[in-house]
Amino acid sequence: MNLQGEKANVDFGQGVLREVNVSLVEAKVGDYVLVHAGYAIQIIEEEEAKETLNLWNSILEAGQ
Amino acid sequence: MAENLKFRNPQLAQNIAAKIRSLAPKAGKTKICHVCGTHEWTITHFGLRSLLPNGVEVIAGPGCPVCIVPAAEIDEAVQLAKMDVVVTCFGDVLRVPGSQMSLLEAKASGADVRIVYAVSDAVEMAKREPNKPFAFFAVGFETTAPSTAVEALNNPPKNLSFLVSHRLIPPAMELLLGVGDLQIDGFIAPGHVSAIIGLKPYELFPRVYRMPTVVAGFEPIDVLMSIYMIVKQQAEGKARLENEYPRVVKPEGNLKAQEMIKAAFTVTAGNWRGIGRLPDSALQLREAFADHDARLKHGVHVEQGKDILLGCECHLVIIGKIRPNECPMFLKGCSPEKPVGACMVSNEGTCRVWAKNVAVQA
Repeated sequence: MNLQGEKANVDFGQGVLREVNVSLVEAKVGDYVLVHAGYAIQIIEEEEAKETLNLWNSILEAGQ
Repeated sequence: MAENLKFRNPQLAQNIAAKIRSLAPKAGKTKICHVCGTHEWTITHFGLRSLLPNGVEVIAGPGCPVCIVPAAEIDEAVQLAKMDVVVTCFGDVLRVPGSQMSLLEAKASGADVRIVYAVSDAVEMAKREPNKPFAFFAVGFETTAPSTAVEALNNPPKNLSFLVSHRLIPPAMELLLGVGDLQIDGFIAPGHVSAIIGLKPYELFPRVYRMPTVVAGFEPIDVLMSIYMIVKQQAEGKARLENEYPRVVKPEGNLKAQEMIKAAFTVTAGNWRGIGRLPDSALQLREAFADHDARLKHGVHVEQGKDILLGCECHLVIIGKIRPNECPMFLKGCSPEKPVGACMVSNEGTCRVWAKNVAVQA
């Protein structure tokens, strides 16, 4: 995404760009954001996402 | 990002399903309730119920924000439209039945009703046409309420008011626990509501009601994992609050959004279609914004509406008491093309999700 005041251009994937209101989050250019009805409501933590998957794999392997 | 990171990985799904099956005998009967239309979509679209062993069941609670808007509030929107107020709303809201008519029917009879993608669209429209009164029909749970708050607090144009029908999820979850014959054993809490409110509002479910509660995301792996986490708690005889969705849900939630909700709204009792009146479950604009409160500004107030049409069993579907296909009208007189009840209207309605995905499931 790139930023202009409370509005940001967010790439929804495959080149789909939309203007999104980011006044509910402290977002910076390059962040992934969760968008609900035109407003970014949270920043998605990519590192956290990777860790979640690692955690699941370890939980599942531990029990086998 | 989700797909790159394998949140739809079939092998991982099979592994989790195997773990659930292995724990099931120890867990015993485990009836899990979610309260989010998007969870129902994930579960139905990806056929997740077919992976679950006997005894582990997932039901859909009141998770569709459009479905639970009572007819009286649709009637208020229709009244506004008939008073030559331009009513703006999300697309899903248009066909929700009121006591006499839906907003779509009001539009067909000449009223100016417009679909918007975001509340900011309503603000822009009102600015472009300063001589017309506009109202934004603010429907949605805690996920949507912050965006209404942003615009209410941001000095909205004089000719724009808000018809606020926001509702809060935790009180509805608490209600379900009091429905005697539902006998829920665990909750999947909605990820995007939780992104705003954080984990604290769910603490009472394990503590007071001994109810395993897991906040979950919306990819199939997220939902399966949350089911596994609940079944595991059940097998251990424990009740904890866990967060399956930390990549989005922080323990404290979105504090900025919470502050804005608090600044714009007070919490009050509200009616829910199919459920009735729940204390502390609705938001209303604070007095400071009375000039922008559509009910006060235009003098509309409908106390009681006709929520359920004869033969429609939305009230039972909404609380998860019956499945859509147990309603005699499901796909027999009530379909996505010609919906009778609110649950068939919205993309998040349980009946519509089932109707659209039955072929996939079968």
